[in-house]
Amino acid sequence: MSIFVNKNSRVIFQGFTGEHATFHAQDAMNTGTTVVGGVTPGKGGTTHLGLPVFDTVAEAVAATGADVSGVFVPPPFAVDALMEAVEAGIKVAVTIADGIPIHDMVKLQRFRVGRDALVIGPNTPGIITPGECKVGIMPSNIYKKGRVGMVSRSGTLNYEATEQISAAGLGVSTAVGIGGDPVNGMDFVSVLQAFENDPETDVVVMIGEIGGPQEVAAARWAKVNMKKPVIGFVAGIAAPVGRRMGHAGAIISGEADTAKAKMDAMEGLGLYVARNPAHIGLVIKQAMKERGL
Amino acid sequence: MNIHEYQAKELLKSYGVPVPAGKVAFSEPEAGAAAQEIGGSRWVVKAQIHAGGRGKAGGVKVVDAIADVKKTADAMLGTHLVTHQTGLEGQAVQRVWVEQASRIVKEYYLGFVIDRTSQRVTLLASSEGGVDIEDVAKTHPEKIIKVIIDSAIGLMPYQCRNIAVAIGLKGRLVNQSVKLMQGVYQCMVERDALQAEINPMAVVDCDGDEKLIALDAKLNFDDNAIYRQKAIMDLRDLAEEDPKEVEATSHGLSYIALTGNIGCIVNGAGLAMASMDAITLHGGEPANFLDVGGGASPTKVTNACRIVLEDPNVRCILVNIFAGINRCDWIAQGLIQACNSLHIKVPLIVRLAGTNVEEGRKILEESGLQFITAENLDDAAAKAVATARG
Repeated sequence: MSIFVNKNSRVIFQGFTGEHATFHAQDAMNTGTTVVGGVTPGKGGTTHLGLPVFDTVAEAVAATGADVSGVFVPPPFAVDALMEAVEAGIKVAVTIADGIPIHDMVKLQRFRVGRDALVIGPNTPGIITPGECKVGIMPSNIYKKGRVGMVSRSGTLNYEATEQISAAGLGVSTAVGIGGDPVNGMDFVSVLQAFENDPETDVVVMIGEIGGPQEVAAARWAKVNMKKPVIGFVAGIAAPVGRRMGHAGAIISGEADTAKAKMDAMEGLGLYVARNPAHIGLVIKQAMKERGL
Repeated sequence: MNIHEYQAKELLKSYGVPVPAGKVAFSEPEAGAAAQEIGGSRWVVKAQIHAGGRGKAGGVKVVDAIADVKKTADAMLGTHLVTHQTGLEGQAVQRVWVEQASRIVKEYYLGFVIDRTSQRVTLLASSEGGVDIEDVAKTHPEKIIKVIIDSAIGLMPYQCRNIAVAIGLKGRLVNQSVKLMQGVYQCMVERDALQAEINPMAVVDCDGDEKLIALDAKLNFDDNAIYRQKAIMDLRDLAEEDPKEVEATSHGLSYIALTGNIGCIVNGAGLAMASMDAITLHGGEPANFLDVGGGASPTKVTNACRIVLEDPNVRCILVNIFAGINRCDWIAQGLIQACNSLHIKVPLIVRLAGTNVEEGRKILEESGLQFITAENLDDAAAKAVATARG
């Protein structure tokens, strides 16, 4: 099972012949992902990494039955590539690009109305179901198979939490990075919903950061709809007001945007909260013990 | 990226938004000439800095004679204006905007933001103008009208008319609101603005004739879209930005100065924030936020060290790298290069994890340099705090 991607996923890469796509497509194949080809406009008909290259996603889908795409296309062209993927029938499109203009993302979100494809990102490390499917740029060797579902805005905090999960003797069912941008394809709620329905996930870790209402909205949703325990952490306790902390979306614009306010709200809504980024693993263990898992 | 009020007004004017007649001045004589050229008998001299709260801080003055325009401009130019947004040092005033004084009948609020919940451009309007909209949201949330704009359709005239009526405008002013609101929206979308604020939007009396105008204007642009907005890039005023942050950006680093004594060099914005958090939770204070980004070459790491060390408060540096797209061996080489070329005297606490971690650790060990190595985030923060306390 797991969520969104698994051993049955048939993956293509857009921007396939580029440096990063090549490296990570190779790594994905080495770690169990079924990569079926790729798209680089203008290079259709050639082969790359022993796989067919197509000019368009539509051709790639028709020829290979691909249902997942890793969009390794630079920010100015990423939204066009995402729309192409959605239109061609890709079910899950993951975009790594950091720096997509926000008005392009607003257009994409409008475009997705009435279309059911999932978009993960932008500005994300991607998604990994260890041993089955990786679409992204994360170091796959740190992800061990297990029953903790993980979702984060930040890439490196996804890695950090994974290491703590491993150190606690646990592993990950699926790890999802939803990305650090203020307008992103997939939100926390969609990921929590999928984890709640996933028989291979026992417990969920949600790692947010300052800025935006997403974490609290997700916690509110979880309180009503989830039986599985959720552990939350919000980065940026020490962040100053009004400054964009690296991620486009990480900015405190009002009281509710602070890490403390979000973690207080999460706690009030019944989540387990790690108040220290170094204690995420410990709090997972504690939550599992309390729930008899 | 922010621009000055006068630049925002000139830009909005090109989108058909009515603004008061005005001119920018960099000196006392220029201010006098500007007032002369604009004409009239009453002027407003407004200090041009990016921070808000200028009025309360004495950065906006109304005067009745050209001699006073000059005197006021002279008094403002070259001084540091301290507002609630500038910090204690204030911001140097290097230009003033001289505009024809308006006879204000009533002030309103108009703003456009990208709402993170609806993920659409959202228009906010209120009958309560000229005050902080955050305060209105707290005390009278019912006085804020919110309209979500469909990006495929844009802002329709009927929406503008409905909003105008809802905030209390009547008659011809309702018609005038269409041009103003659509102009601001069009500017925001075409120029990749993140936010546009007209506060106040005002009804003014022009010789017995009422007109709706943008009396103040604030535009904030998307840094991610600046590559396709050359004309906006040209409006950038580097004097308004922290020179170290500008330098960091030019090296592909994201740096924000803070007030503590533990320098931070981290990859990824989330881990960089979490490292600051861990330091704080151990009772220490971070000196900065610094994200070296993906693909940190040895040169980039050296630049990061140099920028962090320019802060005289820094007593040690915490290097926390969890390499995904990065490589620990490159980071290690960068640290050694930095130690040698910058003659770093403060202790470095180094935590490496992820891609090529073994190679990275080996390079540090074999260098013969004194690094304090840390096992994990908690250990790294604890060691950094202990080292800073010395």
